[in-house]
Amino acid sequence: MNSIILLSALGLGNLFLGFRRSNRLLLPVMMLILGLVLTVNFLDWNQGPQSFFSGMLIVDNFSVAFTGIVLLTALVLVPFSQRYVLDEEANLAEYYSLLLFSLVGAIMLASYNHLLMLFLGIEILSVAMYVLAGSDKRNLRSNEAALKYFLMGAFFTGILLFGMALVYGATGTFELSSISFAVQNPVNESLRPMLYIGMLLMLLGIGFKVGAAPFHFWTPDVYEGTPTFFTAFMSTVVKTAGFAAFLKLLVQVFPAATAQGVWLPTLTAMCVLTLLVGNVGAVAQTSVKRMLAYSSISHAGYLFIALVAFNGALEGASANGIMFYSLAYSIATVSAFGVLKLVADARHREDYAGFNGLAKTNPLLAFSLTISMLSLAGIPLTGGFFGKFFIFIAAVENGYIGLVIFAVIMSMVSIYYYLRPIIAMYMRDADDETAAVPVPVTTFQSGALLVLALLTVLLGVLPGLLAGVL
Amino acid sequence: MLTVLLLLWPVTAALLLHFFKGKAARVAALGAALLEFALALYAAVLSGVSLAPGGDAGPKFEFNYAWIASAGINFHVGMDGLSLLLVLLTTLLVPVILLSAFRRNFENESVFYALVLFMQTGLIGVFTAQDAFLFYFMWEVALIPIYFLAGVWGGVERVRITFKFFLYTIIGSLFMLAGFVYLYFQTGPTIDGLSAHNASLSAFYNLNLPAATQMWVFWLIFAAFAVKMPIFPFHTWQPDTYTDAPAPATMLLAGIMLKMGIYGCMRWLLPVVPLGVDYWQNLILILAIIGIIYGAIIAIRQQDMKRLIAYSSLSHVGLMIAGVFSLTQLGMQGASIQMLAHGINVVGLFFIVDAIERRTGTRNIADLGGLTRQAPVLTVCFLVLLLGTVALPLTNGFVGEFLLLAGVYEYNAWLGAVAGLTIILSAVYLLRMFQRVMLGPDSTHSATFTDLTGSELAVLVPLIVLVFWIGMFPNTFLHLSEGSVMSILGQVVKR
Repeated sequence: MNSIILLSALGLGNLFLGFRRSNRLLLPVMMLILGLVLTVNFLDWNQGPQSFFSGMLIVDNFSVAFTGIVLLTALVLVPFSQRYVLDEEANLAEYYSLLLFSLVGAIMLASYNHLLMLFLGIEILSVAMYVLAGSDKRNLRSNEAALKYFLMGAFFTGILLFGMALVYGATGTFELSSISFAVQNPVNESLRPMLYIGMLLMLLGIGFKVGAAPFHFWTPDVYEGTPTFFTAFMSTVVKTAGFAAFLKLLVQVFPAATAQGVWLPTLTAMCVLTLLVGNVGAVAQTSVKRMLAYSSISHAGYLFIALVAFNGALEGASANGIMFYSLAYSIATVSAFGVLKLVADARHREDYAGFNGLAKTNPLLAFSLTISMLSLAGIPLTGGFFGKFFIFIAAVENGYIGLVIFAVIMSMVSIYYYLRPIIAMYMRDADDETAAVPVPVTTFQSGALLVLALLTVLLGVLPGLLAGVL
Repeated sequence: MLTVLLLLWPVTAALLLHFFKGKAARVAALGAALLEFALALYAAVLSGVSLAPGGDAGPKFEFNYAWIASAGINFHVGMDGLSLLLVLLTTLLVPVILLSAFRRNFENESVFYALVLFMQTGLIGVFTAQDAFLFYFMWEVALIPIYFLAGVWGGVERVRITFKFFLYTIIGSLFMLAGFVYLYFQTGPTIDGLSAHNASLSAFYNLNLPAATQMWVFWLIFAAFAVKMPIFPFHTWQPDTYTDAPAPATMLLAGIMLKMGIYGCMRWLLPVVPLGVDYWQNLILILAIIGIIYGAIIAIRQQDMKRLIAYSSLSHVGLMIAGVFSLTQLGMQGASIQMLAHGINVVGLFFIVDAIERRTGTRNIADLGGLTRQAPVLTVCFLVLLLGTVALPLTNGFVGEFLLLAGVYEYNAWLGAVAGLTIILSAVYLLRMFQRVMLGPDSTHSATFTDLTGSELAVLVPLIVLVFWIGMFPNTFLHLSEGSVMSILGQVVKR
């Protein structure tokens, strides 16, 4: 709660800094704000559930953990915007403030207790992202990305809202526990179809936001067109928050056995399809950025497995699995996009060949991209392995063995495309002169990349630190 | 605690190596590896008394830390005789392998040595893990550095070949992980009650699964070992990878990594799914023996020396697998000592091939000949290692192969007879190579050829001493593994 207020206030304050036209001040201030809010957020750890705004928001360990992940992700991502600072980008203060505001939306998604808050959270998050997707105003692709994202997003927001309206019509309330009660003890049996349709529409609406198949068509284009810095934000914070919202919805609103019969097959189908589309799609890509876009689809698929296998509480194996996975995924993805941004800015290309010989010119960049690729592929020694491990274990425990086998086969496929940048960096030589010069990296960014790599390895070596906290 | 030290020291040294450049990195890496060897020797001496026959066979130097308490997964390591034997092999070979790399001029030397040391941690972890998931974890930790060693510093075709190798091994080990996860869910709760299941070795030993289940779980776990050893027909990655990897990486692969598979079978397969092993025993033995003959026949046809030794390694590992799956004390003991002997011989042979290639620029048998006049010392070293591999009495290979063949014979005389062909066939292809390369008519290289240098001798002399030591006093090493082998066999026969 405190983090929402702080973020909003400081976000506004940040806007005023923009009037001073002093970009150099913005980056440290931004990091200070995020660090501060992150600290404040963890003051609520283990304080028990606290409800705010007449029970519209609830802050418990679950929401604190997910808030922590999105804030940490933003904190480690910000250093990669340094180029904007150096280039004296005119609207930097606005971008930063929009990022802060969208974080407010993300936090609401992790702590809502009322469908209105869910809707507001998604909108606050999305509207900021629509603007940021088009922030590279002179670039046609960025404009295209913003337009596509906005049109599709608005459409699915409508679907989500329609679903909420139907659920409200069937249950007469927006409050999560009351809906749950009404689902289990229906006053009027004839309203049940309406409830189910509403439920499914809500699933579709959130499914779109996390980039799940078959609503993923916007993802590669939007990710590719959006400036890389914001793509990284989109594929980490938006996804993490989306899954937190998903989990809350399924656990607290529709846990009843009858309702499960409706959403579980839908969710399983989405899961299988997402894994397939993400992994097979990524294999065919030649651009690293598009590969990462498809990879982010596929990771939504792995997270879906945990949703399918959740055990009816915002704690325990499934919730823990989603939290650990989101954290490991976010860290690895930020690092991957960070390196991609640095390389693409210097070499003006985003294909695999652009990474050729990077290990010779920039060992650190090559090293951290390797760690993040291994983590995304789920190879041991990295956090990504334990993320997958926990989710698969939770799913096997609940009897979804077929789904896990499918996911394991898909992660074998993923090894192919995650190894390609590694092969390019370490085993191929640069093919032209521009690629033989080191990519300029500031000490600040090197430090950030090192921290990210260390975090990934730490999660991969000592997973026990976080494995049982929820 | 000593085991933890053995585990952590190489990876720490690998990280510290970052601060050394060029020649200093070599020396530092070698120093670190020698210190590690000293530690392992110290452990061997400490445990020497209790490992005498009839002594306690359980793991020593145990360390148990709740790694993921909520899931009952522990960082549990310890060494019994068999583990100790393989730890000794690893810690002995790593300095030798580092030393063998001294003559080359690599790009990014310190990274190369750091990767070798890093891999050592993974290897020792595999040999000491007492928890299934830790075992899997270490199994993969050992894979990552070798992928980079072979992929970055390898030959022309390295990208394609190492990719195939990586994919093969990782898919194999994912099957093993699946098997472990299945077994994990069959176990009972941990002592502290925090988790409903646990993955410790002893829990796996006490599962008593029905035979029908064991039959398919066997293949899940065996998949990883089958690829790593490799057993026919899962071997197709092996000759290419051995040939194309740089010599030190090939030595790591053939000298130590291959033993991960055999050790895995002995520790994590036979006692865990004994009924499954019982069911598939014949098939595995036949595959192993096909591998023996197949590898040997292909080796006879090879012109590339490195490739020839790769196929000979396939043939020899077939015999070790056959010995393990004969489920006899002789066979298992033979496999234990042969792991040691094969590691020493194959590393020595690859080193000599590398030495010849550095001098002449070729490994092609047809291009070489008459090298012996300029290099008598090299000839002697080559011959000793060769005879060790051929299993001449008084050499290490004889002890191992004799026990292995006796074990297979004890299981089935016909299989034993076919497996015995390995001795004849290996004499054929190895002596043929020796004859054409070292003896035979002079080639363009024989005039300019030079003998071994001091640092090369430093690599070979300890290996040769061991060839004879193991050959003449095998009991030193057989005693080490006897207790473990007996307890594994007891576990298998119990059912």
